[in-house]
Amino acid sequence: MQILTGRRALDAVVVLTSAALVVGCSAGSSAGGEDRTDAVVGLTGEPTNLDFTTTSGSAIPQLLMNNVYEGLVTIDQDGEVQPQLARSWEVSGDRTVYTFTLHDGVTFSDGSAFTADDVVASIGRVQDDWTLSLSSKMDVVESAEAVSDTEVVVTLRHPSNAWLFDMGTSVGAMFPDDLSADLATEAVGTGPYTVTEVATGQHVTLTARDDYWGEAPALDEITVRYFADANAQANAVRAGDVDMAYNLQAPDLIAGLEQDERLQVIDGTSTGEVLLALNNAAPPFDDLRVRRAIMYAIDRQAVLDTAWAGHGELIGSMVPPTDPYYQDLTDAYPYDPDRARELLEEAGVEDLSITFDVPTRPYAEAVAQVVVSQLADVGIDATIAPAEFPAVWLDKVFTEHDYQMSVILHTEARDLLTVFGDPGYYIGYDNPRLAEVAEDADQGSPDEYVAGMQEVARMIVDDAASDPLFLFPNTVVADAALEGVAANATTESMDLTGLRWSD
Amino acid sequence: MLRHLASHVVQLVATLLVATAAIFVLLRVLPGDPAVVALGLDASPEALAAWRAEHGTDGPLVEQYLRWIGGLLTGDLGTSYVTSQELTPLIADRVQVTALLVLLGMLVALVVAVPVGTLAAVWHRNAGGVTLSAVSQVGVAVPNFLVGVLLVAVFAVRLGWLPSGGWTAPADGFGEFWRHVLLPAVALGSVQAAIITRYVRSAVLEIMREDFLRTARAQGLTFTGALVRHGLRNAGVPIVTVVGVQIASMLIGAVVIERVFAVPGLGSLLLDSVGNRDLLAVQSVVAVLVVLVVLLNFLVDLVYTLLDPRLRRAS
Repeated sequence: MQILTGRRALDAVVVLTSAALVVGCSAGSSAGGEDRTDAVVGLTGEPTNLDFTTTSGSAIPQLLMNNVYEGLVTIDQDGEVQPQLARSWEVSGDRTVYTFTLHDGVTFSDGSAFTADDVVASIGRVQDDWTLSLSSKMDVVESAEAVSDTEVVVTLRHPSNAWLFDMGTSVGAMFPDDLSADLATEAVGTGPYTVTEVATGQHVTLTARDDYWGEAPALDEITVRYFADANAQANAVRAGDVDMAYNLQAPDLIAGLEQDERLQVIDGTSTGEVLLALNNAAPPFDDLRVRRAIMYAIDRQAVLDTAWAGHGELIGSMVPPTDPYYQDLTDAYPYDPDRARELLEEAGVEDLSITFDVPTRPYAEAVAQVVVSQLADVGIDATIAPAEFPAVWLDKVFTEHDYQMSVILHTEARDLLTVFGDPGYYIGYDNPRLAEVAEDADQGSPDEYVAGMQEVARMIVDDAASDPLFLFPNTVVADAALEGVAANATTESMDLTGLRWSD
Repeated sequence: MLRHLASHVVQLVATLLVATAAIFVLLRVLPGDPAVVALGLDASPEALAAWRAEHGTDGPLVEQYLRWIGGLLTGDLGTSYVTSQELTPLIADRVQVTALLVLLGMLVALVVAVPVGTLAAVWHRNAGGVTLSAVSQVGVAVPNFLVGVLLVAVFAVRLGWLPSGGWTAPADGFGEFWRHVLLPAVALGSVQAAIITRYVRSAVLEIMREDFLRTARAQGLTFTGALVRHGLRNAGVPIVTVVGVQIASMLIGAVVIERVFAVPGLGSLLLDSVGNRDLLAVQSVVAVLVVLVVLLNFLVDLVYTLLDPRLRRAS
């Protein structure tokens, strides 16, 4: 045996170290597009369980809708209603009777067949068993009847334009008629994937079913990893630990990620409006002039550019452009600090001091700084009071209505009426005419629906009920070789079924 | 020795009673209704009431406290408010992760601190010792999450050698375990290394002035030999004390480090549970931490008596 000395020992160390590095590298980076049938998706906001019928929040439907659960219809990337489990449907002349024809040969992941009885049971369960206020979206249904195994007739109490869209969201999810599973730990849907592992605090694994009724997805296994914050999520996609970071909420990091040629950055649309909420039921914002002063005092473009690096879209009302009744109201209150000062003077509150309850979320904290400085320009002294989100914010602002001004992301699709239609909601906006117009719109023809909802949106803007600052982007950063990314979050669902690796 | 042990058990029980009562009361003062957080924005008042009845959060506080303490004693902590998981196996799982992380972090710290601290003491009069001392002083001031973020930036993002976060249990693959544990353990251990270095340095400095070291040298041992054979053992008592205290503080530091590296340990569970107002989980995790710290102090005490026979006789 020869003893290594001097230079040769050094060489050996160098060789060994580089070998270790090479091994480390190849094991660390993602293997690229070639022949992979799995993907790792990174998200923040882990679901606490798998049951969205009793647990609210978007985390569960985000993970499960379209991937594990399906509805009669689905909402596509343009916000349009498309057939899913229903092959087709017919609507009666008075638009109260929907006859759905179902696909046959559909099975749930527990092996049982999906039939018209399951549709009837699922609709009934929303009305009877769901403990969320979301279930009110099914109140309009008078009856649901199975005519045959593949035909269901749903009768509405009155015509409703909103109902069919809602059937493409989580309230329209189809469950087995005979539900023996504990939905919190076991998801039983008709979708192309099933949940095969839940590692709390780490990841959820979705595995493709081999008995899926439709076209099989390209990926056999998708691991959805959950991160505590957006920085960790961004680091993971940059380091190749995840193939796609969905809904990345770190605008200042996105510029850096865009430079990386191994990655693609897509700004999808969302249904989330960042709302500067004003408490209409309490001073000083019970005064229309003060609310309008706020609208003129805020330079929304500057807020978007400063707080969220320009990622997002100005909307001017609580209606995202993917909704059928979108109209451009961004010019209703141009940035005009002089006008704001005048209005404050008229209202007799020149030296206004307010408390600004800001939930502990990155977007809210970023927005709040800009808003406070813009308000200072017109003489309003706003003091930021951090409110831990969700616990304290829900308690103080949302439940107790103990606030003057706050800022929060409203993520639910088509939530104009949820937020402004109910005087008991935390905004406290009370306009009796709104309910009338909204009801007529829902029951009218599709054209009347659009016109009516546009009027509703205009009423809310005219009354300056609150200030919709901007539409939140659904930013997706993915490996450049990943195709079929559904970046538009038109409902709460993160649709992973189209993902595939390029050849 | 038995009396020593008995007094420790009494101390343990008393500490636990005070600590659990304090945690319990403090959590109840915290704003935020667990039912609202668990069920969310869309929950109806009936659903909220049903939830409170089911989880017993509507009963008298004393009753809630006694039920929880009873559960702690029997090892059945109940189920999480939010995830409906059994807490006992969940916490047992998380304790292992955090324990591995903290122990490896301490190993990193000791491997660095003992030689560096000793050298800093031996060279205390020249530039090398002053430099080491200054570096450790700076190290003490660096928060460990910053070290974590920098390690991720360099080794995961820039170089791509190691994963940026996540966890693999040793049983699920030893190689993967090491790849995942290395950065968090170094991040956690490096700040401790700086702190312990300073204690090692002053302990060794102290020893160097002792008569027995001079005697040992007079008997023909070299300075290094005398230091290694007699000095380090004597320096051991203060070092073990600080290691004990620092392990306790590392359990807290792990909360942050686990967050940075997405490690599913006790700290992540604690933070998630606080956010979710999963009061039962929070108080159970804190109780487990208290038990760990008290046990640790007990162990430190035992190690003293092993290191120093004089302490054995005293007890």
